Amino acid sequence: MVSSLLSAAIVGSGNIGTDLLAKLLRSEHIEPRWMIGVDPDSEGLQRARAAGLEASAEGVDWLFAQSEQPDLVFEATSAYVHKANAPRYEERGIQAIDLTPAAIGPYVVPSANMADHYDAPNLNLITCGGQATIPIVHAISSVVPVSYAEIVASVSSRSAGPGTRDNIDEFTRTTSRGIEVVGGAERGKAIIILNPADPPPLMRNTVFCAIPADADRDAVRDAVAKRVAEVAQYVPGYRARSEAQFDEPSDVSGGLARVAVFLEVEGAGDFFPPYAGNLDIMTAAAVRVGEVLATSRIPA
Amino acid sequence: MPYSDTLDVRVTDSSLRDGSHAKRHQFTEEQVIAIVGALDEAGVPVIEVSHGDGLGGSSFNYGFSKTPEQDLIRAAVKTAKTAKIAFLMLPGLGTKDDIRAALDSGASVCRVATHCTEADVSRQHFGLARELGLETVGFLMMAHSSPPEELAKQARIMADAGCQCVYVVDSAGALVMEQVSDRVSALVAELGADAQVGFHGHENLGLGVGNSIVAARAGALQIDGSTRRFGAGAGNTPIEAFAAAAEKIGIKTGIDVLKIIDAAEDVVRPAMDGECELDRLAILMGYAGVYSSFLKHAYRQAERYDVSGAELLLRAGRRKLVGGQEDQLIDIALELVSEKP
Repeated sequence: MVSSLLSAAIVGSGNIGTDLLAKLLRSEHIEPRWMIGVDPDSEGLQRARAAGLEASAEGVDWLFAQSEQPDLVFEATSAYVHKANAPRYEERGIQAIDLTPAAIGPYVVPSANMADHYDAPNLNLITCGGQATIPIVHAISSVVPVSYAEIVASVSSRSAGPGTRDNIDEFTRTTSRGIEVVGGAERGKAIIILNPADPPPLMRNTVFCAIPADADRDAVRDAVAKRVAEVAQYVPGYRARSEAQFDEPSDVSGGLARVAVFLEVEGAGDFFPPYAGNLDIMTAAAVRVGEVLATSRIPA
Repeated sequence: MPYSDTLDVRVTDSSLRDGSHAKRHQFTEEQVIAIVGALDEAGVPVIEVSHGDGLGGSSFNYGFSKTPEQDLIRAAVKTAKTAKIAFLMLPGLGTKDDIRAALDSGASVCRVATHCTEADVSRQHFGLARELGLETVGFLMMAHSSPPEELAKQARIMADAGCQCVYVVDSAGALVMEQVSDRVSALVAELGADAQVGFHGHENLGLGVGNSIVAARAGALQIDGSTRRFGAGAGNTPIEAFAAAAEKIGIKTGIDVLKIIDAAEDVVRPAMDGECELDRLAILMGYAGVYSSFLKHAYRQAERYDVSGAELLLRAGRRKLVGGQEDQLIDIALELVSEKP
């Protein structure tokens, strides 16, 4: 991949920011140079310093006061904080990749719609369930019309933080919208289940799409398999549990023929344990978005 | 302390919600009108109407409703003369919008269900329900899987969020007598005057009525059941038998035993596709601690993939699946197919 090397700041030194740091340090296209938090004792900031980044607990004001500014900022704070920061990044020409639910910029899924948004000042990563399932909805809707798509994301209780728990409606609403806007389904529905089993189970996702009864099943099956392989390029633990399953219309299916795809996401184990595939896929997708932006910025 | 001056315990009939599982979510307005009319006439104080998996449950994963659930709630509200109409919602499936819609349809009791270790996902929903003036009930599902003291902590989270009665919900029909009273007692001790305690039983080990009486004696003020056991798994505590047994030992439910017996036989039974039976798979659910609504799905996938329904449920228990993970039964069926020689 020919690309420019983009400099990046990570804003938010919590779990997500720290996992992101580990992944960005491996990137050939992005150089993480700054990490910003609000807690001077945070493990994330300590790790950043140890890896040679400039780190500060004084918030984004500190970043803006530096003589050099990043090309990219990865924001892993909260929707509230990102809403305040976003216009300030844009003023300074810093492209923002938003891992919060703020959704100021367009929704992006690396394997689906990146090409539409190279120049967007702000790109939003939807939700973990969205990153895990929308690629599949998109792959299917690229082959056959999808009048309705539904996803079920099962995550381990331990990997669901207070943000997710206090705003569980946001997850279902945002993911449903992403299924429609990016996935290409006429109507989307998202379901999230928290499972407290110990040892914690890997993230599981099921994608159901309503397709025409006479759809070309081989084409759908191939499109799904191909897309799973594409996502696995940037999320190595992403895999299908089986081939796509086809069911005839029935009364409980609302008279719709459907295809079902069963997915599992094992995390890379960077900062999060491997069961937290839901967190890993967010940071992995964020890095991928940054890398695609880097390749789109090849100097003329 | 009794529930009120006239009732020792208040009963909620769940035929039109838990029964939705047994009916594969194919209720018609006519059936709802007939059942609500008969239960109301028999003195059942609260009647729950929703998709089996709560508002927003109509889906590929759980089965699509034949009739939009708000239409069913409106029909129930219109029919009931004295009974309150309740609805169920599960955060993660339904949203606050569903609660607002049910209020517009005339429902007055909002029941919010979470897995028994995940009560904190219900905070925003209880908050909204109280703000809207709805009576609130919290469901701690799969209560057999958590010890009494842990369950009590989760009940406290719901009560603090605005829940007025927290239920010990035996979703798998796996609790046996003392295990019910230990849990109910722990919740009563924790909640004191802050919230009531309820019990929702299933018949998978044949203990619905017995467990409900034990719960009432331990201080539960609200008891769920379904007329003719119309519910998931082997069905729920049969209201008509509970009302009769309660009367014999002096627990006032306000339900007219002779009228509810007739309603069960003449009105509810004809609306059912079949009896809710204590058959092989239903007992296995109670034995292995599997969510009762998996039953119909297990039958369907066992047939679709030609695998053993019993093995499906046993593996669901081993994987510690929780309510809502119906999709994983297909995954297990595919696993069983791949293991065939």
